[in-house]
Amino acid sequence: MSEQPVLEVSNLVKHFQSGSRLGGGRTVVRAVDGVDLTIGRGEILGLVGESGSGKSTVGSCIARLTQPTSGTIRLLGRDISTLSRREMRPLRSEVHVVFQDPYSSLNPRMTVGQIVTEPLRQHHRGGRAERNRIVSDMLERTGLSLELVGRYPHELSGGQRQRVALARALVLGPSLVIADEPVSALDVSVQASILNVILDLQVELGFSCLFITHDLSVVEFISDRIAVMYLGKIVETATRAELFRDPQHPYTQALLSAAPMADPSSARGRERIILSGDLPSPTEEISGCPFHARCPVAIDRCRTEVPRLLGVTSPEHQSACHLVTAENGAPHIKQGDKNLVHNAS
Amino acid sequence: MSVLEVEHLRVEFGTENGPVIAVKDVSFTLEKGEILSLVGESGCGKSTVAMSIPRLLGDSHVTLGGSVHLNGVDLSAYSEKRMQEVRGKEISVVFQEPMTSLNPAYTVGNQISEVLLQHEGLSRRAALARAVELLELVGIPDAQRRTAAFPHELSGGMRQRVMIAIAVACNPLVLIADEPTTALDVTIQAGVLDIFRRLRDNLGTSIVLITHDLGVVADIADRVAIMYAGRIVEMASTAEIFAAPTHPYTRGLLGALPSRAIMQANGRRRLTDIPGLVPSPSTDPDQCQFAPRCASASIECTAARPTAEPVAVGHTVSCYHPAVGAML
Amino acid sequence: MSQKLITAKRKTVSSIPRPRWQRVVRRFARRPMAVTGLILVVGFVLFALLGPILLSDPNQQDFAAILQTPSLAHLLGTDDLGRDVFARIANGARVSLMAGVMSTALALIIGITIGLITGFYRGWVDVIVMRIVDVMLAFPFLIFAVGLAAILGASLTNVIIALAVSQVPEVIRIARGEAMAIREQEFVSGAVADGARDGTIMFRYIAPNAMGAFIVQATVAIPAAIIGEATLSFLGLGVQPPMSSWGIMLTSAQQYLAQAPYLALFPGIAIALTALGFNLLGDGLRDVLDPKETR
Repeated sequence: MSEQPVLEVSNLVKHFQSGSRLGGGRTVVRAVDGVDLTIGRGEILGLVGESGSGKSTVGSCIARLTQPTSGTIRLLGRDISTLSRREMRPLRSEVHVVFQDPYSSLNPRMTVGQIVTEPLRQHHRGGRAERNRIVSDMLERTGLSLELVGRYPHELSGGQRQRVALARALVLGPSLVIADEPVSALDVSVQASILNVILDLQVELGFSCLFITHDLSVVEFISDRIAVMYLGKIVETATRAELFRDPQHPYTQALLSAAPMADPSSARGRERIILSGDLPSPTEEISGCPFHARCPVAIDRCRTEVPRLLGVTSPEHQSACHLVTAENGAPHIKQGDKNLVHNAS
Repeated sequence: MSVLEVEHLRVEFGTENGPVIAVKDVSFTLEKGEILSLVGESGCGKSTVAMSIPRLLGDSHVTLGGSVHLNGVDLSAYSEKRMQEVRGKEISVVFQEPMTSLNPAYTVGNQISEVLLQHEGLSRRAALARAVELLELVGIPDAQRRTAAFPHELSGGMRQRVMIAIAVACNPLVLIADEPTTALDVTIQAGVLDIFRRLRDNLGTSIVLITHDLGVVADIADRVAIMYAGRIVEMASTAEIFAAPTHPYTRGLLGALPSRAIMQANGRRRLTDIPGLVPSPSTDPDQCQFAPRCASASIECTAARPTAEPVAVGHTVSCYHPAVGAML
Repeated sequence: MSQKLITAKRKTVSSIPRPRWQRVVRRFARRPMAVTGLILVVGFVLFALLGPILLSDPNQQDFAAILQTPSLAHLLGTDDLGRDVFARIANGARVSLMAGVMSTALALIIGITIGLITGFYRGWVDVIVMRIVDVMLAFPFLIFAVGLAAILGASLTNVIIALAVSQVPEVIRIARGEAMAIREQEFVSGAVADGARDGTIMFRYIAPNAMGAFIVQATVAIPAAIIGEATLSFLGLGVQPPMSSWGIMLTSAQQYLAQAPYLALFPGIAIALTALGFNLLGDGLRDVLDPKETR
C-alpha cells in the first residue's frame, strides 16, 4: 500500500450527551472512544463487534451523518471531520452508505428509478438520457430487471430492495462504500446473493468498503482485513486469514469460539469460552482495558492501564492487550480461569 | 410413545386479501429428551407451527387442521380452559423478544412465582424460593437479589434467561423455543444455548427449537426438520443433514452459508444462492413447491407433489430427485 | 452472474417513471365513497359559481311572501324579509367555501413550512416556535379568530386571514411531529449521504411521506373554518350585508326556529354536505396517494 489510502481515521471519538441540561444527572455515552483505522484502495475492511460496540457510530461518523466529537477522518487525503454540511456536500459523491434495514432505507413515495436517480440529481450529473443510461447500467449490474424501475419499494422483496440500495449507493461511483449490516435483515439464501453481488461489483468498480457486521461468518467471507471492536475501541486488527488463524486479543478469542458454526462435528468438539457477565454500560467510565471485567486472564495492570493497539508480533497484526508479547505471542484464555471454560456437550 | 406427535398440521389464516395457508401439511414426532429443530427462511411457516401446538393463534380467522398429541392425548379435543392448564405446565413457549414478553410492571421474582402459584399451587414463600432456584438454573448470578429486579433493569441476555426460567418453572414435557437467541449477541447466545442443553440433559425436557440459523442447529439440535413453503421437505439427524443433505433446498441453504464459500478458478470467493422467490402462500398446487427454483426439477416435479420417502434410517425427504452423497 | 451481466445486451430505460397519475386516477375511480366526495365538492363549487347567475337575485325582498314554506315558486322557502332561500344558499356558498378552503390552504402552506423547518432543525428556533404555538393553542380556535378579526376589521379577506392564522398553530404541531418522526428514518439519512440540500430533504423526502396527515388535517379544518366564518359574521366581524354566507343565514334563522325551522335546516344541510364531501374526498386522496395502498 504505497499509494494514499482511501480512508484514514485517527483517534476518532464520539460521545453522546444524554439526560436534560436542566434536570441534572447528565451522562455521557462513550459510543466511540479513540478509533484508528485505514482502508486502502479497493480494500474491504470488515468491522465486527457486538451490539453496543460502537461499530455503527464509526460508520456514521465517517459518512458524516454524525458529527464526531474529536479525531480526524481523512477521505482521499482530505480531513473531512470538521467540514460544514455545505463544504461536505461535493465530497458526498465519494462516500456512500448502505443501511441494514431495506424496509426503511428507501423512500416509500419514490419509484425504484427515481430512488436510483436521486444521487445523480443532487450532484447535477448528466442530462436525462445520460442519467437513464447510468441508472439502467447500475440496475443491471446489481442484478435487477429493468422492468422494476416503475415499482415502489414495498412491491419488492427484501433482497431486491437491498439491491436497489446498493445501486443507489454506487451510482455516483464513490471511492468508499460504508455498508452497515447490509445483509443482517435478510434470509440466508438472499444474503448469499447480495454478498456475491457486493464482491462482484467491488471487483468491477474497484471501490473500497467498510463492511460493518456482527456476523463472523459474513465478515470472514467478505473482508480482506478485519477490525474487531469492543466498547468503543478497536481491540484487534489483522488480515482475514491471520485473524482467524491466530486471534490474539482474549475478546476476539471468545468471540470466535462462541460464533455458531454450521458444522455439527466441529461445533460440538471445540472448547467453548463462555464469557461471564454482560457488556458494561457505555456510560460508565472504565479504567484500564475495556474488556478487563469479563476477561478470564486479566491481570492487575489491565485494570489500571489502557492497552494500546500495537503490532507486537507483526506490524500487520495489531492488538490492544497487555498480555500479547513478542516472545510468547497471545495469551490462550483456555488456560485461564477454569470456571469460565465450559467444554461443550 | 413419543412425547409430542404432530400429524398433518394445517394452519390457514383468513385475511383481507384472501386466505394465507401458512402451514400446509406438517407432521413430526418429538421424543423424550430430544431437541428437534425446525429450520427455514422467513415465511416458511415455522413460527406458525410453534404457535399452533399450544394453540396460541387465537380463534378469529384461523382454521386449524390435523392433530397434536401430547403423551398420546389428543389436544384438539381440549377446551380453551383445559388448554390454559396445559400451557405453561406441560407445554411452554420461549419467544424471540425477551423485552416485550415480560411484564414491565412486575419484578422478575413475582413473574416466575406467578406461574408456580397458578399451576403448582405452591405457597407464595415456596414459590419465591423456587424462583431463586430457577434463576440459578438458568445461570443468573446473584439470583436471590435478582428476584427483586424489574425487567428493564436487566440486559437482553438476562431477560431471555428469565423467560426460560418462567417457561421451565413447572418442568414442562415440551419446551417450544421460537428463535430464542436471534435477538442476542453471539457471546450471550452461546450461554443461552448452553441452558437448553443442560435442560435436556438434566431434566429430560423435550425441545422444539425454531430457528433460521444453521449454526445454532449444528450446535445443539439432535434432529432437524427443514421447512419450505409450509411443509417439511427433509428431516434427519443433525449429523446426517449436514453431512449428506439430499433435498435441493437443503443443499441450497447450506451452500448459501458464508462459511461454505467456494473458491472459484479466478480466485474469487462465491456463495451458492437460490434464484427466484418463495411461492405465494395463498395457493397450494399439487406439485413440488420448490420446483420453480430448483436446478434438478423435471416434468414429474410439477405433475404431482412428492411425498416424504425414507432415504436412510431416520432420514426422509420429499423430492423426486434427491441428491446423493456429501456436498463438495 | 457477473459474466452474464457483461455479455448481456445493454438495454436502457427510456424514462424514469414517476408516480403515475393515470394509476392514481384509476384507483380513485374505484372508490365509490371518494367519488361521492368529489361529486359533492365539485357540485358545491359549481353551485357557488353558477347559482347567482342562474337563480333570482338573492337580495330581492318580497314582503308579500315572508317566511314561506318550500314551494314550487320558492324551492326552499323564503326568509323573514321574503328573500328566496335557495338563491341565498347559492350566494352564501361563495363566501363559505372561500373562507373555508382559502383559510385552510393558507394555514397549511404557512404551517407546513414552519413545522417542517422546526421539526427538521430542532434547536433554539424550535424551542421558541413551539412555546409560541403552545400559547396560541391555549386559546380556543374561535376566540383567537374573533380577537384577530376584531383587530383587523370586518371584511372577507380579513376573515380568511384571521381563520388562517388561528389554524396555523395546529398545522405547525402536526407538521413538526411528522418531520421529527420521518427524519429519523434511514431513507432520510440516505438522502443526507447523497448530498441532498436541506430544502430537498424537507420537501422531497419528508413532506410527501407526511401527506396523509396533512390531508386528514385539511378535511377536518375546512368544515371548522366554514363554521368559524359563520361565527365571525354573526358577531359582525365577518362579511357585511348585502354579502351573505351559510353561517349568517344559520345564525339569523335562530330567532325563527319555532315558526320556520327550515330556515336553519337548509344552510345546516349545506354545511354538513360540504363537510362530508371534503371528508370523503380527503380519505380517498390519502389512500390513492399512498403507494402502499394496493387497491
